[in-house]
Amino acid sequence: MNIKILFFGITRDLVAQSSINFTISPKSTVKELKVALLKTFPKLEKYAQFSIAVNESYALETAILKENDVVAIIPPVSGG
Amino acid sequence: MISYFSTKSISILLSCFSILISNQKLDLQSCVNFVSDDACGAIATFIGTVRNNTQHKDVKLLDFSTYKPMALKEIEKIALLALEKFDIYKIAIHHAEGALQIGELPVIIAVSSAHRKASFEACQFAIDTLKKTVPIWKKEHFTDGEVWVNATP
Repeated sequence: MNIKILFFGITRDLVAQSSINFTISPKSTVKELKVALLKTFPKLEKYAQFSIAVNESYALETAILKENDVVAIIPPVSGG
Repeated sequence: MISYFSTKSISILLSCFSILISNQKLDLQSCVNFVSDDACGAIATFIGTVRNNTQHKDVKLLDFSTYKPMALKEIEKIALLALEKFDIYKIAIHHAEGALQIGELPVIIAVSSAHRKASFEACQFAIDTLKKTVPIWKKEHFTDGEVWVNATP
């Protein structure tokens, strides 16, 4: 199935893209997506602590992804 | 979400907060005006300002980027939680995005309450939580390079 991935902060610089379309097996979990992403973008390995948001809310690693979900890669935040 | 707020109706709650992410200069007076009320004896404000140095290096500017729709949702959660948790009347949380020069204001929080303690506590809660949860990132620009703050494990 296809999902959209958005990169922010340092991860946007590392992958040199702000968003990509990504194909992953149906019913993949957030954890499985992380593993697949690290394989595609080994540079992210150093930042494996990033959080994931699905459709604009923080998601647990056990959350199950759906077709067309919008997934955001959230490196440690530094607002304020 | 609605079920937490048994004591105040949602429509009243919605008129009790002002949230903003803007690429224009933030305005302290408009935050204070928003929270100000005759029933309140206290207004606490927190103003974040761009400092000219970090870890002994000269900072030229800070560049803030946001995941805006989610950042607004997370800021709204903080405002609603503060209204639920503390005996406050109104809260404003405004954050800037884009490049800010030394002395400019990345964030303003204003809170009003009948008595000062609740305003101080809610103001601290709001800025501490914002720094942990809201998807906003700053890049420090130095004379000799740039670095994403908090990014390195």
